[in-house]
Amino acid sequence: MKITVNGKEEDVEVGLGLTIVDYLESKDLEPGRVVIEHNGQVVKQEEWEQIELAEDDTLEILNFVGGGE
Amino acid sequence: MSFYQEYSQFNQLDFNSFFKEVNSADVERVLGKERLTKKDFLTLLSPAASNYLEEMAQQASKLTLQHFGRTMLLYLPLYLADYCVNQCLYCGFSVKNKFERSKLDLTEIEEEAKAIAEKGIKHLLILTGESRKHSPVSYLKESVLLLKEYFPCLSIEVYPLEVAEYQELIAAGVEGLTIYQEVYDQDIYEEVHPDGPKSDYLYRLDAPERGCQAGMRQVNIGALLGLGQWREEAFFAGLHAKYLQDKYLETEVNLSVPRLRPHLGNFQPNSIVGDSQLVQILLAYRLFLPRAGLNLSTRERAELRDNLLPLGITKISAESSTEVGGYAEPQEGTNQFDISDDRDVDEISKLLDNKGYQTVFKNWHRI
Amino acid sequence: MADRLLIGDKELDSRLFTGTGKFANQNLIPETIKAARSQVVTMALRRVNFDSPQQNVINYIPEDCVLLPNTSGARTAEEAVRIARIAEAAGCGNWVKIEVVSDNKYLLPDNQETIKATEILAKEGFVVLPYVSPDLMVAKRLEEVGAAAVMPLGAPIGSNRGLKTKEMVRILIEEIELPIVVDAGIGKPSQAAEAMEMGADAVLVNTAIATAKDPVVMGDAFAAAVEAGRKAYLAGTGAVKKYASASSPLTGFLKEDQG
Ligand code: SF4
Repeated sequence: MKITVNGKEEDVEVGLGLTIVDYLESKDLEPGRVVIEHNGQVVKQEEWEQIELAEDDTLEILNFVGGGE
Repeated sequence: MSFYQEYSQFNQLDFNSFFKEVNSADVERVLGKERLTKKDFLTLLSPAASNYLEEMAQQASKLTLQHFGRTMLLYLPLYLADYCVNQCLYCGFSVKNKFERSKLDLTEIEEEAKAIAEKGIKHLLILTGESRKHSPVSYLKESVLLLKEYFPCLSIEVYPLEVAEYQELIAAGVEGLTIYQEVYDQDIYEEVHPDGPKSDYLYRLDAPERGCQAGMRQVNIGALLGLGQWREEAFFAGLHAKYLQDKYLETEVNLSVPRLRPHLGNFQPNSIVGDSQLVQILLAYRLFLPRAGLNLSTRERAELRDNLLPLGITKISAESSTEVGGYAEPQEGTNQFDISDDRDVDEISKLLDNKGYQTVFKNWHRI
Repeated sequence: MADRLLIGDKELDSRLFTGTGKFANQNLIPETIKAARSQVVTMALRRVNFDSPQQNVINYIPEDCVLLPNTSGARTAEEAVRIARIAEAAGCGNWVKIEVVSDNKYLLPDNQETIKATEILAKEGFVVLPYVSPDLMVAKRLEEVGAAAVMPLGAPIGSNRGLKTKEMVRILIEEIELPIVVDAGIGKPSQAAEAMEMGADAVLVNTAIATAKDPVVMGDAFAAAVEAGRKAYLAGTGAVKKYASASSPLTGFLKEDQG
């Protein structure tokens, strides 16, 4: 199945259904305070386990980094 | 938001105890500052500051030079009509004063215009009393359309109007609005305006703001000095100017310092504003509002006017008739008040010349 | 009476805002913020880089600080609004520093887009601190559309050049009722003190602290400078006799009157 993550197309294994949490684990990302936007909507961490990714979905995975002026 | 909110807030202030606490160190500190707060402004209006008039004058003169250069705008008032339905206790045109009222028709206006334009005057202030019946907006508009052929700059000093009415007059050619609150103290206001539309304090208070909203290039406000306690009145007028300046950057805000003058009737001032007090007010205005225009009329005597010029004045009137018309064919009519400086335009511009001022007859040219 | 800075719903004791960018070692961040006694700390939101996943910078910011996510990276109002909403959804609170930069050479803010974003976010209940070039009409518009403060730049971002825009910032301080937080360009504590003496309500300093040889000590130095500048402003710079006494008297005529 094809999905777009941070602007790049990616082929992912669906298996028995791929939730956002599953995807993050496959990338070795700790949920921590990563921010996820799924098809343009910010999703709360509590919902990550319930959302199954589907064909052509887009994901933005964001992180807070150092910034200032 | 209206200036009334700010008025109500500061009106709670105990002015007397504030003034009692101000000492010379406070005044000196204010004089050392580059930019004054509202409290600093009030400090400059205090009795303690009256010992610092010379220092204030030096600064005011410098600031004025910095912001305006050595220019002085000369204008002339033309009364179109003296019909008035109000009863301002201090005014010769009050409905209570019985005299034969008159109003210029368009032919007469044109004659006046020719006579005035011949003097070289380009900036005309047109005035009427408050009578929507005798001097309706349509009449003002017709007059403006006619007068703008003779004068590139036209201002009005008429009864308060609605925004749309101001807009109508602006479209016809008006650029400036003069409207004095007369007295900011609401109690005294109600006392000296017992009846007629002018008794509506708020409607008048918001008129300059409506002028700004309508797009007036200049708005000129002031307190009629003598009606209320002068320190407080000057304070509120200054705050009002600042309020307009801050909110309407496109409008040039001016302050006038009219003092009560003798007139038909017998109203006596509530507080006496002597020459020193007048000077203190002018200087405090200038230091608080470096880029506001300050306006001086022929109500003041010639010699005093000459001395006041370098203290921050940017506009003066000349050779004023305060009766209806009066330029084409001077006659003994009823005046709104008596003027004190009766020098003609030529004399005034010569005097300005001698003092090193460049006389400006108009601010800009209408395009 | 305590001299506190009121922004949005918060009362702050510290007038030094700091950032989390450009630190050689993120472990220095908590100690530096503490030394700077800063209560408002800014950070940015970026796409995760899967090849070298970074630590989440929020983990380094002391708990009691107000988080001020900025919208750096945004080139339009829309993008800034989106970043702000994401940051809020991520639990950063409702403060946001709007930063819209579409110019890649000088990195100067796009004031028009910033106003648009500020208006949208202020309506949604955000405490919006827009970063702008110091321009009076722009600041007035921001005031109208509901900004919580205005953050004019002191010099182009990251340039450490000091208060190059001093006269323009002074006009904002004089004319704008909202708190003015001088952002960007302040390279030395003396420049921070200068801004505060002039009447700025706060300053934001990041590069100068983060890139110092010893960020912790530099944070402390900035804190002291900001406090000194603030105190000087409150004390009212002394009565400098700016009036000349030599010129001819202007009010002599009054005395003649009385005599
Ligand atoms: S001050 Fe104006 S409104 Fe009052 S009586 Fe005189 S002309 Fe009429």
